[in-house]
Amino acid sequence: MRRCLNSPFLLILALGAVVALLPLILPSNFYVRVVAIVYINALAVLGLNLLMGFAGQVSLGHAGFFGIGAYAVALGPVYLGLPGWASLIGGTALSGLLAFVVGRPILRLSGYYLAIATLGMGVLISMVVSNEANITGGPNGMEVPRLVLFGSRITGSLTWYWISGITLVIGALIVVNLIESPTGRAFRAIHDSEIAARVLGVDVARYKLLAFVLSAVFTSIAGSYLVLLDGFVTPNTTSFLLSIELVVMAVLGGLGSILGSIVGAAILVILPQFLTVFHDYEHAVLGAIIIVFLIFLPSGIVPALASLIRRGPA
Amino acid sequence: MAELLQFTFSGLTVGAIYALVALGFTLIYNASDVANFAQGEFVMLGGMVTVFAMAAGLPIGFAALVAIVFVALVGLLLHRLAIEPARGASSVTLIIITIGASIFLRGMTAILLDKNFHNLPPFFGSEPFVIGGATLLPQSLVVLVGVALVLLAVWLFMSRTLLGKSLLATAANRTAAQLTGINTSAVIGMAFVISAMIGAVGGILVTPITLTYYDAGTMLALKGFAGAVLGGMGNPIGAVVGGLVLGLLEQFSAGYLSSQYKDAVAFIVILLVLFTMPQGLFGAKTVERV
Repeated sequence: MRRCLNSPFLLILALGAVVALLPLILPSNFYVRVVAIVYINALAVLGLNLLMGFAGQVSLGHAGFFGIGAYAVALGPVYLGLPGWASLIGGTALSGLLAFVVGRPILRLSGYYLAIATLGMGVLISMVVSNEANITGGPNGMEVPRLVLFGSRITGSLTWYWISGITLVIGALIVVNLIESPTGRAFRAIHDSEIAARVLGVDVARYKLLAFVLSAVFTSIAGSYLVLLDGFVTPNTTSFLLSIELVVMAVLGGLGSILGSIVGAAILVILPQFLTVFHDYEHAVLGAIIIVFLIFLPSGIVPALASLIRRGPA
Repeated sequence: MAELLQFTFSGLTVGAIYALVALGFTLIYNASDVANFAQGEFVMLGGMVTVFAMAAGLPIGFAALVAIVFVALVGLLLHRLAIEPARGASSVTLIIITIGASIFLRGMTAILLDKNFHNLPPFFGSEPFVIGGATLLPQSLVVLVGVALVLLAVWLFMSRTLLGKSLLATAANRTAAQLTGINTSAVIGMAFVISAMIGAVGGILVTPITLTYYDAGTMLALKGFAGAVLGGMGNPIGAVVGGLVLGLLEQFSAGYLSSQYKDAVAFIVILLVLFTMPQGLFGAKTVERV
């Protein structure tokens, strides 16, 4: 158990096994779809975790990148005549490019100033998609053409389950590789102390920018997937609340934990499905659960439980 | 000219409320290092509870008092039940806890009160004054005077009372304050209560102009946070100025440019300010210890 927790590659193997076997026990299409949404969110949270958990930089604007990915696959085919997959790649590239351009000035800020700057960036993106109604459909949203690959339409919950599951495993593999490399050590050094990292010769600005761009790319792909699965896009994909939700998932699961990203996403996606039995009390219960979890597991669910297991039963 | 004056009036009115949210935000942040994202819910609750207390037959003054006491209690409970038990957690964790609290408060308000928009009657009628061709609602005047009085009260409390000074001492250095015999946990609780009351007063003052409903707090928290950061996190004067500037920016860009993009202009200015002054308008330069 101890070794399992310590070896990230075994974690990827386990994740792959779960993705491969889960459809066998999921009772209906509805559950397949919910799990696919968990994977998609986990992909975005994984990217955000790279930035927040490993490089230690806050972002309250990641829904902006999520939205760019989402609207790219909606607008690309309609206005530019691009196939869906090219729009997805284009949206991902656009998010990465935007992160690269705004990243330099924004990442000079730290703490709450960085939080507000990223929040501002997210709000600006959100405002463009809600206000340019003649292109984006405004608050009503617009339909997203189905993805077509090799001449067949990609649709159905199970297909998207596989696409998002495999992408998540690949994403996790990339993150694991990265954090076990010198780049990952540079991220962690910046997290612990920016000045100490700089003294040790780490190019702080460059690594922060790298983490920001990578997290934007992950989040953008997740945005594209989610609306391709839904077949519809609304400005909610860019909203401030979504940015907050992604951060809550990352913190609840555990900052700096790959498994935590997935657990956090799973809780925040699955819980509301069950909370509907509480009807009106849904939000109150969700808020209370977030508070209680973080009071008792302040470092996030996965790191807190892992340290309990490592210490052995008390 | 009349236009300019008009936008200034409305900008100051909106900005005054942002300033109160930013001030409440700053008080808690200084005392406890917690960025309280439930600050907007204090404002929302102030308005909502007053509306329902009046509906229950109370006169407006008494209803407002009930609301302020109630919200103060909510602030105290927030500290005792959610922040205090998580003492020692990282600041990101504490922020997420306050976000959880804001979701909880919103949810409870929707259940226990309702989800509709509500209005309060203006305190002194609705016959507008005409000044230099621009109109000024009596309620806007009430907001401005009310906010000024709150600021005065907070300043007097901080500089003239022993309790206020213990709050300042805790903000300056918690360990040192504790060593001089200050019960810092109680002082931080007090900061939550005062912030909650400031928020509630803001909510009561502004509801006759902007209406209120269970979800009104999110946007206010966001704007208040932005105002506090624009002014320089942790600086109370900066928070007030930041809030006012944000309100003015919003109304000017709504008036002269586009009402759809009024928030965009505000945030672009915030970004530009932060790029040139990374610590906000009045923020002190801090040195990171290694």
